Amino acid sequence: MTRIDLTGLDVRPAQVWGGVRIVPLVRAEPVAGLRLRRELYEGSGLATVDLGDRTTYTSYVPHGFVADWTGAGAGAGAEQGVESAAYGTVLGGEGAPPCVPVRRVHRLAKRRQGERRLRFLPLHLALDGYLALHFGGPSVVWDDWSRKALGQGLSPRAEAAYAGWAVPGLGEALRIFELHPGQCGLLLYVADALAAAFVVPHPDDYRVLHPTLVEDLYGELVHQYAYYGAQVPEFTARIRDGVGGIRTLADLRAAARQEERAWAEAHDGLMARDLLETSYAFERVYRMGDFDLFRFLPPFLRDGREQHIGELITDHKGRAAYLKTFRLSEKQIRKGHLLRRLADRDWHLEATAEDLGTTYAEVVRRIEAAGLGGLLDAHVVARRTREKEEG
Amino acid sequence: MSELVAAEDVLLFVNAAVTATGQREFRSSAAAQHFSLRFVHEYVRVNYRPVYAAALALDINHHNAALIVEQLLRTPHEAGGSEAKRAEGRLIAARLALLPPQRVYRLFRSLRAAGVNNRRTRAIVRAWLAARPDPALDAVKYRPGLKAALRHVHGRPADDETGDFLFAPGRRVRYGNATLDAYRRAHYEQGALYELPFTVAEGFAARHKVPRAVFLERIAPRMTRLEQLRTARAADLTVMPLTRLALYVLSLPFAERVERRAELTHALRAAARRAAGPYAGSWGRVAAVLDDSFSSSGSAVKRRRPLAVALGCHFLLEALAAPGAYTPLWTSGGSDPLLVRPYGPTPLGLRILDALETGPDRVVIVSDGWDNAPPGLAGEVLRVWRTRLDAERRTSVVHLNPVYDAEGFDVRRLAPSVPTAGIRDAEDLAALVEIAQFAEGRTGFAELGAYLDRRVELFLKEAGG
Repeated sequence: MTRIDLTGLDVRPAQVWGGVRIVPLVRAEPVAGLRLRRELYEGSGLATVDLGDRTTYTSYVPHGFVADWTGAGAGAGAEQGVESAAYGTVLGGEGAPPCVPVRRVHRLAKRRQGERRLRFLPLHLALDGYLALHFGGPSVVWDDWSRKALGQGLSPRAEAAYAGWAVPGLGEALRIFELHPGQCGLLLYVADALAAAFVVPHPDDYRVLHPTLVEDLYGELVHQYAYYGAQVPEFTARIRDGVGGIRTLADLRAAARQEERAWAEAHDGLMARDLLETSYAFERVYRMGDFDLFRFLPPFLRDGREQHIGELITDHKGRAAYLKTFRLSEKQIRKGHLLRRLADRDWHLEATAEDLGTTYAEVVRRIEAAGLGGLLDAHVVARRTREKEEG
Repeated sequence: MSELVAAEDVLLFVNAAVTATGQREFRSSAAAQHFSLRFVHEYVRVNYRPVYAAALALDINHHNAALIVEQLLRTPHEAGGSEAKRAEGRLIAARLALLPPQRVYRLFRSLRAAGVNNRRTRAIVRAWLAARPDPALDAVKYRPGLKAALRHVHGRPADDETGDFLFAPGRRVRYGNATLDAYRRAHYEQGALYELPFTVAEGFAARHKVPRAVFLERIAPRMTRLEQLRTARAADLTVMPLTRLALYVLSLPFAERVERRAELTHALRAAARRAAGPYAGSWGRVAAVLDDSFSSSGSAVKRRRPLAVALGCHFLLEALAAPGAYTPLWTSGGSDPLLVRPYGPTPLGLRILDALETGPDRVVIVSDGWDNAPPGLAGEVLRVWRTRLDAERRTSVVHLNPVYDAEGFDVRRLAPSVPTAGIRDAEDLAALVEIAQFAEGRTGFAELGAYLDRRVELFLKEAGG
């Protein structure tokens, strides 16, 4: 599996507000056997997640998702195998009970003993995958790298993102968006750049989870496009009614249907192409019954195409039941690209320079520009650069 | 050309004055609405002053009526000769008589804040106060408003007792007037509460710690119609105005709507028949496209207003159409008007196609004009229909829009070939359809002026008689 398969999801006409274009995705039938719920966390949202291998992941985590594959809600399976409420769930009652938020999250994806549901932190799973890219640092002890880099790797590794409500116009666009019947997802464009894709298995889940998009994280690129971008035009319908074109109401209706089909094709081929046609590196995080939870990384190619990281739940045929993506900004792509190339050449700077078709000094400059300058041993690098210049 | 522009400006203003209330809408904030409305008022006041005053004779909403009166009184020097001023004065007096008193007192207070105290203003305020049916009730119910108004125009209270009640409350031990005395006694006697108007008694009830249920039960006969509707204890729904009733129905939970289906439907039908009046059954075959998309949920301050207007129009059109010749088409595809809810996108284009297929004499579209599934299809369908399929205009299409678009300074249109009119209360539908005929961009200013003059004459005659 290398691609995202959105079979079963149909595109509906986009809704535009300012610079934000939202394309709804509709399922004819919900995915059977999987439901998604939201688990709210109290407090400011700052959370530290214990990843297990003595590393921690710290971020703004306003909520988690719970994937439930018991098949509850399917009707027939109501008696057997339905999960009861998890420990700590508040049943009914008025208002939230007063309590001190306990904020120690264990693992990004966790299944409690004996339950057929998995709690995971949306987007953070994917972001952790990106942050952990060659996290171990240089694999060979070249003297260009500092002792800290050799000992601790890239730790601590940090990336900045904007919350949805900080992206100008996004909150308003999501608020006034009119959900389609059967809608199970959306593609979010800011200044006509694909900012995020979000797909869930069931329309009822989507209705509940739609507002969570404003609490999600969006890259620097999305924020800048929203901030500086102008209004995007609506693709308004246009019916060709030249000579002999339309004679009856049936013709008119056929022309209107044709308009809708044309939009769906144009969208998939033009606007979402980079998301759907890139081949990703998938990493399985969890297997739950017929469903698999993956996170994926793009190829980090510098060919000007958009690159997304994200997470995906697929059914046994590989079709997406859940999808959430994060658009990387140019700088993040460059950083990923550089790390990949360095790792390919076992972190040897000169070999990497050759590989990239450039000079030693340029590779050093790129590493510094990517914010990884602290990993280099400044003395060795300065000496080697001088030698190169003299030689 | 300039004539057409002028006619367009005037229609734009009428649409704004009918729909806009300066409150938050689904897609724009209160500030944006307010700002936009202020501009439109100023623009029309400066450029078309006689028309601006004449708008008072149309079915514009209370907010705009008060705003127009205030603007007219603030700028007497722009009015032109004394003849024009007198005409304005007549219109203002006639409109103030129709406005709810709390609106008028608020208007007087804003005039006071603005420092407007010319002779005309004083005369108008005094005349309005003199015409109030029960000065004692006003003194109790609108005490600060009445006080401010009297102070501002140096007016005399209706009688000595009222004067003392307002300006020297300690002077008398008891009042001869029952209402004034009830107010005095209500301070220490619970029984006196129930002789006071509802809004005043509410405060006393809280002070005497009367349980809310008991209080509502006993005060019910003193409530106004809308207060009864608001506290959900209306005895007779059939006397309520149509749009208010529709709002009330939409505020009920689904289960209750199903339970009281017969009663609610009957009340809505009765209100619609009353609103239709002599036109009932005279519109031939009618198809209505009614918007119940998510955007018809309005805003926190105008909860479900667009949907209520659509629901009201549904029943009114049913009454106006020939018996059995009415087809309602909700955008969501639903068929039960009582169970509508604001949900889903707005596929207006496809619904209009469905409407046209029934071969109607009239198509009425009630929508906020944000056609989004797919966008712009409604406009295209209507254009092609007009140019290719129905060039002889056998079918008349009209679009009624309950939402003022702050950015466009007008209600949102679907297509240039389709007349669009703003609508606030479903009851005004027939009159609005008449105005909308001017909005096709083919009538000049002269015709529109003649129409306005006719309306003004009618309005003043009604007010006088």
